[in-house]
Amino acid sequence: MDWTAFGLSLQLAAWTVAVLLPLGLAVARLLAWHPFAGRRWVEAALALPLVLPPTVLGFYLLVAFGGNSPLGRVFEALTGHTLTFSFAGLLLASVIFNLPFAIQPMQRAFEAIPTDVRAAAACCGMPPWRIFTRIEFTLAWPGILSAMVLTFVHTLGEFGVVLMVGGSIPGETRTIAIAIYDRVQAFDNAGAATMAAVLLVLSFIAIAAAYGTARPRDIHVG
Amino acid sequence: MRLAQRAPIPLDATLHCAPGETHALVGPSGSGKTTILRCIAGLHGAREGRIACDGAVWYDAAARIDVPPQARSAGLVFQHYALFPHLSAQANVEAALGHLPVRDRAARAIALLARVHLTGLEARKPAQLSGGQQQRVAVARALARDPQVLLLDEPFAAVDRVTRQKLYRELTALRRSLALPIVLVTHDLDEAAMLSDRMTILHRGRTLQTGTPRELMTRPADPLVARLVDMKNVFEARVVTAAPGTTGVAWNGTLLEVAGVPRFAVGARVCFGLPVTGVLLHRRDRPSRGEHENPVDGTVAECLEIGEDMHMGMRVDGAPALLWLKVPVHVAQRNRIAAGETIRVSLLADALHLMPWRDLARDVPA
Repeated sequence: MDWTAFGLSLQLAAWTVAVLLPLGLAVARLLAWHPFAGRRWVEAALALPLVLPPTVLGFYLLVAFGGNSPLGRVFEALTGHTLTFSFAGLLLASVIFNLPFAIQPMQRAFEAIPTDVRAAAACCGMPPWRIFTRIEFTLAWPGILSAMVLTFVHTLGEFGVVLMVGGSIPGETRTIAIAIYDRVQAFDNAGAATMAAVLLVLSFIAIAAAYGTARPRDIHVG
Repeated sequence: MRLAQRAPIPLDATLHCAPGETHALVGPSGSGKTTILRCIAGLHGAREGRIACDGAVWYDAAARIDVPPQARSAGLVFQHYALFPHLSAQANVEAALGHLPVRDRAARAIALLARVHLTGLEARKPAQLSGGQQQRVAVARALARDPQVLLLDEPFAAVDRVTRQKLYRELTALRRSLALPIVLVTHDLDEAAMLSDRMTILHRGRTLQTGTPRELMTRPADPLVARLVDMKNVFEARVVTAAPGTTGVAWNGTLLEVAGVPRFAVGARVCFGLPVTGVLLHRRDRPSRGEHENPVDGTVAECLEIGEDMHMGMRVDGAPALLWLKVPVHVAQRNRIAAGETIRVSLLADALHLMPWRDLARDVPA
């Protein structure tokens, strides 16, 4: 069992959720309630990671993060390290390939809140931040929780993009999924099986817990 | 309140509601009633217009004033109540008590729920309440901010008939105890007539006429309003005589006498309206009092028994539409009135109402 890889995976998943929670909330609310020209294109772009082969997405991210790209150059100038094959690059890639897993459940949850309920909150004198915390966030909580769990477990299991952008640097970019692959390549099937089982059980428990906690409430207005 | 815009929803509306007055906004679906209510609450902004309440300007398009809903002192009861489904009845009311210190909110919410007869149900969530109870929570929540205006958007649409009758009585009692203007949106004319002091008829975003329910029901400003208040008898005629206190109109070869100060010149093409209660059925066995008042003969074409009344559509030779009247069912039975029978009626001169001519085929509401 490669505990370092396992710890790195948990760290990457936690950071990805931490970054995507506020970002996803903002984007999901925008898409749910504020129609704008070109929304369908934005939604299509956000859903791309669901259908693109991870190697294709990984390839583009590798190019976009590389030393010859503007982003890569700025990052290197600021930190002295390359964005590719680093934990920061891995985190950025993870945030991008998890966008649909975070945003779509949240968007559906916000869309399910009746417009009049939000309007009623405003008519009750609640300031916007209070409407968000007291009404919107609470009612959308099942979707938000689902988004967080999906993002977490999907990050734990992602392989293709991680390999393309981060490679397999122990303690830096080698996640548990990469470690399993490395073990198989080294004919250490027992080691691979242990880690695969840990990943399987962890993912299963997380999703089951999310389903149990986030069972949709009996939202009945009127 | 004055509002005007062409899109997305056409509006050309003026409304004034005095403190203590219940003012009904009535019109068919899609006539803009709810949009006007939402404009007053600050949930929608018209392109042009001005909304003021008790001296405070809430909206003025020209002066770029648009007070947010949070800062408008308006209590709004939504059509489907829009209660917060995850909060108890008490918490729903407390949510609108942000202007009070935290320690005072619970007591105030309980008192408001008691006022709408919901004592003992404070802990229930909306899904655990009946439609009528949900409506009461919505009213209590709307009153929680001590609003300067109470806005009711089809508040009885989602409850059954028995509950509705009960809620009518409760609202009538409640409005007596409130000295604030109440704007009631409804498409139900009977409901509006029963609950309001004044009514405004709305059609395609335009306010057509404002008056007491009786004025609107018996003296519509034009044939369109007459149609919208469901006046069944609207016909075209021509003025043939005009004398102090009476106007003579020719209708279908018959001279009808219309009481009141003449408003139209001789020769003018007009429409006239007549409530069904303004058509008097003559008895067959002996002459009725007033049988010489605009007598008209015809054949019963339709008989509809609605409750305790018999509504009859009478075909008058040459008239393009049926003339409707209603009598108690027992009167219809005693006079053996049925489809195909010939009857004589009087069109009461006091009930006849002349209006400017308008093509009756235009703007026929659904």
